[in-house]
Amino acid sequence: MRANPQLDENGKLRHFLTIEGLRRPLLTDILDTAESFAGVTERTVKKVPLLRGKTIVNLFFEPSTRTRTTFELAAKRLSADVLNIQASVSATTKGETLLDTLHNLEAMHCDMFVVRHCDSGAAHFMAKHVAPHVAVINAGDGSHAHPTQAMLDMFTIRRHKGEFGALRVAIVGDILHSRVARSQIHALTTLGVNEVRIIAPKTLIPAHAEALGVHVYHDLREGLRDVDVVIMLRLQNERMGSAFLPGEHEYYRLFGLTEEKLALAKPDVTVMHPGPINRGVEIDSAVADGPRSVILQQVSYGIAVRMAIMSMAMHQRGE
Amino acid sequence: MTQPPADIDALLITMADDLRTLLKARQVDNPVMIGIHSGGVWVARRLHEMLGLEESLGTLDISFYRDDFSRTGMHPEVKPSHLPFDVDNRHLILVDDVLYTGRTIRAALNELFDYGRPAAIYLAVLADRDGRELPVQADVTGYHIELPRGQQLKLQGPDPLGLRVVDVVSNA
Repeated sequence: MRANPQLDENGKLRHFLTIEGLRRPLLTDILDTAESFAGVTERTVKKVPLLRGKTIVNLFFEPSTRTRTTFELAAKRLSADVLNIQASVSATTKGETLLDTLHNLEAMHCDMFVVRHCDSGAAHFMAKHVAPHVAVINAGDGSHAHPTQAMLDMFTIRRHKGEFGALRVAIVGDILHSRVARSQIHALTTLGVNEVRIIAPKTLIPAHAEALGVHVYHDLREGLRDVDVVIMLRLQNERMGSAFLPGEHEYYRLFGLTEEKLALAKPDVTVMHPGPINRGVEIDSAVADGPRSVILQQVSYGIAVRMAIMSMAMHQRGE
Repeated sequence: MTQPPADIDALLITMADDLRTLLKARQVDNPVMIGIHSGGVWVARRLHEMLGLEESLGTLDISFYRDDFSRTGMHPEVKPSHLPFDVDNRHLILVDDVLYTGRTIRAALNELFDYGRPAAIYLAVLADRDGRELPVQADVTGYHIELPRGQQLKLQGPDPLGLRVVDVVSNA
């Protein structure tokens, strides 16, 4: 059996592809390291020289603003040089194109790829084919995983709620298509939260979801009862009109987060959202902009968390 | 084998006296103190109290500034640096436990300048040993020892503090 491709022989990060298969001490290490980087962004010089002389490529086959810019800022604050490539996927020869792109960039002596791709498994594929000194970070692959987003969400929860053990966390929305939800569930269960609930209409819950160690709810009011953290997911517009949902008004009425429904959760509940938010679809503006929302803090924390993951994956490369 | 003195308190008292003399000679009346994680912070805490400095102690973790990062990777227990004051135009007393190659101090100086432009930085170390690889000298030293390459001077603590000579485990 092959060992976890994300780890080297000493159990340290080599790539960062998925939360699945990573153990609690490593996740805690990432959060602790990110805590140190959070201080850097509050100084006069918001930069540390850790990755000076390294070249990082943001290779995005899918549009993204928040994720790409926070990866770029994170890399720059580590003093790396950054190249942004907005690539398009050629439908016919996808595998070959990706590999060719990869080898071309490698020939330019790049040290790390941050990759987003619409196909599940794209980051794993790249990690398998890169030169030994190159690290690959998954910035979202298909509906499979978005591990850096999950880690910044864990960082947010720890900052605002403290220890994981006692917490009840609800994830609400399109679980079926969400790579964010999948990574969050793995992270939350690995870090040992008390309970993870997923709340969605039956059409947006994957089959056998319970096997991930979560409790499934189809009623938002029921599912929100006594939770400490609510994570709302974006309802992707492209799902509307297909057979998944009747329409966004009905979705909002049943699954949109409003102050009135939020009152069923714990009084000090924290509301999170990976963004971009659809106001009036999955979340009411009063909640999104309200005192219990940490949606903008999540974006700030994203920089520190990505700095931690990039620097941890970049160590001891062929010297 | 030469063993360092057991009485760390006596060393600290001498260091505090020497610091007072130094500050007086340089006409510094309102310095701030910064300890380097982890041993330097332990020593700094004691000196900070003995000198009765007004502003809280700052702490520095130089992990992000190490020059061996690409070989050894991230230190597993990096702690946040915390400077509860503005360093611009201030007189800083930088404190570490053992001065050896000088690389830690180089990293600390680089990090401090990313916080601003201090008026001056003074270096106080509990122990100084031979083997410098960079032109770094302490202004105040508690204790000096010559050791062969294969041995290291370690500070144990935080309570009580104790200096010990240990054999280096080779990782070549």
